[in-house]
Amino acid sequence: MEQHVFDRLMRDDKLPHMWCRGCGNGIVLQSIIRAIDRTGIDQDKVVIVSGVGCSSRANNYTDFCGLHTTHGRPIAYATGIKMANPELQVIVVTGDGDSTSIGGNHFIHAARRNIDLTVVVFNNSNYGMTGGQYSPTTPVGAVTKTSVYGNIEPAFDVCRLAEGSGATYVARSTTYHVQSLIRYIANGIRNKGLSVIDAMCDCPTLFGRINGLGGGAKMIAAWPEKTVSIEEAEALTEDELEEKVIIGEFVNSSRRSEYTEKYAKIIEEAQRERTDLK
Amino acid sequence: MAETIYKPEYQVLTGNEAVTLGALAAGMNFFAGYPITPATEIAELASELLPKNGGKYMQMEDELASMAAVIGASFAGSKAMTATSGPGCSLMQENLSYGMLAEVPCVLIDVMRQGPCQGVATMPAQGDIMQSRWGTHGDHPIIVTAPSSVGELYMETVRAFNMAEKYRTPVMVLSDAAMAHMSEKIRIPAEDELHIINRKKPDVTKDRNYKPYEADATDIPPMATFGDGYRWFVSGIIHDETGFPATADHAKIAAKLTRIERKIDSNIKEIELYEEYRTSDAEIIIVSIGITARVAKGAIDRARKEGVKVGLFRPVTLWPFPEEALQKLAASAKKIITAEMNDGQLSRIVKELDGTDGKIEKVTRNDGALMTAEMIYERIREVK
Repeated sequence: MEQHVFDRLMRDDKLPHMWCRGCGNGIVLQSIIRAIDRTGIDQDKVVIVSGVGCSSRANNYTDFCGLHTTHGRPIAYATGIKMANPELQVIVVTGDGDSTSIGGNHFIHAARRNIDLTVVVFNNSNYGMTGGQYSPTTPVGAVTKTSVYGNIEPAFDVCRLAEGSGATYVARSTTYHVQSLIRYIANGIRNKGLSVIDAMCDCPTLFGRINGLGGGAKMIAAWPEKTVSIEEAEALTEDELEEKVIIGEFVNSSRRSEYTEKYAKIIEEAQRERTDLK
Repeated sequence: MAETIYKPEYQVLTGNEAVTLGALAAGMNFFAGYPITPATEIAELASELLPKNGGKYMQMEDELASMAAVIGASFAGSKAMTATSGPGCSLMQENLSYGMLAEVPCVLIDVMRQGPCQGVATMPAQGDIMQSRWGTHGDHPIIVTAPSSVGELYMETVRAFNMAEKYRTPVMVLSDAAMAHMSEKIRIPAEDELHIINRKKPDVTKDRNYKPYEADATDIPPMATFGDGYRWFVSGIIHDETGFPATADHAKIAAKLTRIERKIDSNIKEIELYEEYRTSDAEIIIVSIGITARVAKGAIDRARKEGVKVGLFRPVTLWPFPEEALQKLAASAKKIITAEMNDGQLSRIVKELDGTDGKIEKVTRNDGALMTAEMIYERIREVK
């Protein structure tokens, strides 16, 4: 009998996971597992790199090489890994705070370089691990432990940030739209360049409860109402879009060459020019 | 530009060039860094020579990323290095502590400049003695070496890579703004003179049995490479021998931290390197590192001509500090003068050692200029 994909690609001895009941991270994690399975990449050549936060625990449960790094830095660690051995398939699992606040600099520069990493942002709109403070993706007006009067900071649009920085595959989906989430992550893995998948997920314990959004199931069920496709969004005014989350594939471009491939050419050129090293 | 790496011959090199060439001779095949005075030429030469040798150079967005990329590359099998100066070194402390806990072979060159803060970017100092040891949070061992000449920078960079690989740990080399840019004639050793060490690899069947932090009696766990068939996991959270977090078990936390201390402590005799100059009958011992120690020799020679029994103790490995050797000298010395280009960091180390009570005098300079032989000589005259 064929082994189930979870049995094959996950470490069952590390389960159950440490996430709260109703947390969306499990859905994003299983989407990553299914996407890896769908692309058929070699299990021994996958490295999953994470930062710090709830979502960064995801690679604890997967049966690949895994590096659980420092807060905000997983993309920088992943850059070193990919550069040292471009044959490795390097996937970064990170949170909204990890990737766009403390790690924002690494995020934009990896996109600018277009190095072949697949960055999956578990975007739950707050810092969950530390108890629910506002993050760069918390919506304006939302209540968190550090915005008890309502958040006044405009949120980053993770996809537009990635696109503007030069990422060559950018997509967003939610814990409700699981089939497209899997497809986008698989597309990101296949893309030879920097891919960002903004996976909108739910933090019922810390964000949902305090904002009256209900439990995990209710938060997931709310996504169809909250989201619009890129095509639908084009017909809406800015006011109409304010409360909406746009989902779909924003960038899918192979027009920019990938960083490690460009560097391989540098090596080739330098070695051709090289004088006798004796 | 010096291109020769292995040919045994004499060359005139700057300190920064010697560091890059020494690193290449030791097998460096990955460099990640961020421009900073006075360390930049190390990166410049690496960017030119690494691809010629099939290696890789990356200019990262900052020093946080540089140290992170170096560690990532090491997990993927590279011999990796970064080079910076004090301000950048401060930023690297975060991921340096990851390298310590995760036991990652890599080399960090800190070309010291006058500080704190921006200080004086182009002027030498020795203000990072304590940062190199205690810059991170928490307790961990570290190996730091402080060469005093261009030739020694070359050899100690080679040795830094060897120690990093052997003990599975980050190793720091302290240079300074003066040595970085001064030229000296050095002998480039032949390839077979260098005794290059490569990390110990695991020798188990390719299944889940490989535990990245399971050590034998040497306390140094073998290190696999990402992609070579083992599926292993590493966490920056305190972990057990499997690499997975072990925060619920105090005994495991203690076991991890004591083992990484022990793997350095039990090899101190092999790691430590120091120089003694005219110490056999010395009643006054100058303790000094790096370029200041060279100046001290001039002062000692002058005082000796006047019959003052004075000698030099120069730690080459600064951490772990060669305590035993200095304590032996201190026991019979009447005075110990620490000479350094900061406000007295070395002096604090010496103060903690047995037999130094009431004997320590200081000569310091922290204005961006080099210590002069005259300053040390005057101090010898005052305390004799």
